[in-house]
Amino acid sequence: MTVFDSIPGKTYEVKEILLAEDITRRLESLGIFSGTKVDTLNKKRNGAVIIKARGARWALGKDFAKGITIREVE
Amino acid sequence: MKTIRVAFVGNPNCGKTTLFNAYTGANLKVANWPGVTVERKEGETNYKGQKITLVDTPGIYSLACYSIEEKVTRYCILNDDIDVIVNIVDASAMERNLYLTMQLLEMGKPVILALNMMDIVQERGMEIDMHRLPELLGEIPVVPVSARKRTGLDVLMHAVKHHYEEGPKGHVVEYNEETEQKIREFRALLKEKNPALKNDRWVAIKLLENDEVISEQYPEIAAKVTDDTFEKRIINDKYNYIEELVEECLFHKEEKAAWTDKVDSVLTHRIWGVPIFLCIMAAVFFLTFAVGDALKGVFEVGLEWFSNAAFEFLSAIHTADWLISLIVDGIIAGVGGILTFLPNIFILFLALAFLEDSGYMARVAYVMDGIMGAVGLSGKAFLPMVLGFGCTVPAVMATRALEEEEDRRKTIFVTPYMSCSARLPVFVLFADMFFGKYAMFAALSMYVIGMITAIVIAKITNSMQKRRHEHALLIELPEYKTPNARTIAVYVWEKVKDYLTKAGTTIFIASIVIWFILNFNLQGMTADVSASFGAYIGKWLEPIMAPAGLGMWQVVVALISGISAKEVVVSSFAVLFGVGNANSAAGMSQIIHNLAEVGFTAVNAYALMVFVLLYIPCAATVGTIKKETGSWKYTLKMAGFQLLLAWMAATFVYQIGSLMI
Repeated sequence: MTVFDSIPGKTYEVKEILLAEDITRRLESLGIFSGTKVDTLNKKRNGAVIIKARGARWALGKDFAKGITIREVE
Repeated sequence: MKTIRVAFVGNPNCGKTTLFNAYTGANLKVANWPGVTVERKEGETNYKGQKITLVDTPGIYSLACYSIEEKVTRYCILNDDIDVIVNIVDASAMERNLYLTMQLLEMGKPVILALNMMDIVQERGMEIDMHRLPELLGEIPVVPVSARKRTGLDVLMHAVKHHYEEGPKGHVVEYNEETEQKIREFRALLKEKNPALKNDRWVAIKLLENDEVISEQYPEIAAKVTDDTFEKRIINDKYNYIEELVEECLFHKEEKAAWTDKVDSVLTHRIWGVPIFLCIMAAVFFLTFAVGDALKGVFEVGLEWFSNAAFEFLSAIHTADWLISLIVDGIIAGVGGILTFLPNIFILFLALAFLEDSGYMARVAYVMDGIMGAVGLSGKAFLPMVLGFGCTVPAVMATRALEEEEDRRKTIFVTPYMSCSARLPVFVLFADMFFGKYAMFAALSMYVIGMITAIVIAKITNSMQKRRHEHALLIELPEYKTPNARTIAVYVWEKVKDYLTKAGTTIFIASIVIWFILNFNLQGMTADVSASFGAYIGKWLEPIMAPAGLGMWQVVVALISGISAKEVVVSSFAVLFGVGNANSAAGMSQIIHNLAEVGFTAVNAYALMVFVLLYIPCAATVGTIKKETGSWKYTLKMAGFQLLLAWMAATFVYQIGSLMI
């Protein structure tokens, strides 16, 4: 599953980032890469998602949300 | 004594610039870094006789060198003779901020941590172990400061001076054994090659990370990096270290977030988010244009008084007629007319500063993302576009809220089609004169045509784009906080100053030019407008404007004068047709009568309205667009496009309209 399919209120762990090189780098420098724990806070119908990772909240557009694969953690 | 050069480095929105301004006040030197158009600010300060030069760098999350800002900051630290790095960290978002710190600590220069926003940390009931934190950061000085409340400033400069003398500390993050072994190996090679190299550990790490710039400098060593997983491992180790550090030093972290989450659950609600935003926008709009216009009325009365007083004074001291005309009709009328917009500008930016500083503005991008994304614009573009209904100048300035240059330009491009309040008098006048009981619809239709034009143009430019970058929203949503009066004051003052200086100089020149062409001809000054340069130009342009139903020289001159400001079209019609007050019933019938004589009917009127809607908004807008895009070429291209579009649309309206009637 990807961040796009995540459910608000749940916690996930990033598996892989399947986005363009420069975007992947940017996410890396923000601390979002495989192994990072993310909480999905909010989601819109069009697919934009608000996540919380490493203490900061990020709004991600649909295309980004679809490029980050995750798995649920307890 | 040598001046110490200090670089202020930190994440975006960490309060870096506020802190920088607290030291340097207004004595800034603003320049660009060579080859890039990222502003570089330098300022002087003094601590107990020690001269210190502060360099403000762009806000960055990392030194990886992928964005211009990152490149510039790294270039500055390495090549700008920086003696000490002051790393400003937003204490309320320490976890993310410290990643940059970890990188800075490796650069082999003295680093001082300025822990900003401690007041927010306390406000939220969080606690930071100020004893353990420096220990975990390799014993570098950690100085709590508040840029907003101006506390800790002297302590920080003391630390700069002291630490400068002491030199850099050792490294902090130990990587896993395999990585460390590689680093040792590379460092040995580097020392062999360049014994004077001081920051060899940093260079070695960068080589392992496949850093483009550094790899080019040491191609032989870079060739030894066969495993490209080092970079990820290095980042990971840094973040793991930060995680441990935060665990040990930061207490009661969860409670603070709860409040922002609660507010967000309403403001970014999937259903209520948009209506709430629209209500906030309506409030901003109301304040700007209802309250602002009331104040504008006061300014206008003041301007009229000033203009009359100037006229009387100049007459009394027997100033030449042409000079009186230049000063009163040209400069005071032109520049003064722009100054009357000051209340609107002031209130607008006051409201925007409030939204920005509280943390709401970032949410707007998320809330409006889907709707604006459909036409390829960023969610944040909505705000300037709505403001465009009021006045295009602040609207174009408000595009600064957009981070991406491409998004900004696209938004600037379509904003002028949101019909501004200055066009309204023109619509009202011609609708009243020619459309009788349908006047309201005729005027309203202009707003609709404007919006459709903006949407169509946005759609077309979007589909024409060569590099179709993923429509990408990636924006941090900061914690909500109480807006700070000082921050807001600085923000508003900067915008107002910009407006006065930049738009002011353009208007000043435009006023003189237009005054000149309407009052002069080859023989010198003339009181007869129909014999002025303006009339010559108007007559010369008649054949071009004829297909659009606007081929009368008076109309052409009125439209040209409208470039200084749209309301001027109305007053120009009055002057050109020799009517005292264009808005009075007698004045209107006089104009209609005169227009009818030159064959100007309702179809021509509608074509004129469409032309006014679409052509160059006003000199102030052109000046602002130049200022905001930094390119005359772009600005002139845009103005040319607007003229062409206006002509085509008016021609279309006139030709179709003439067939139907």
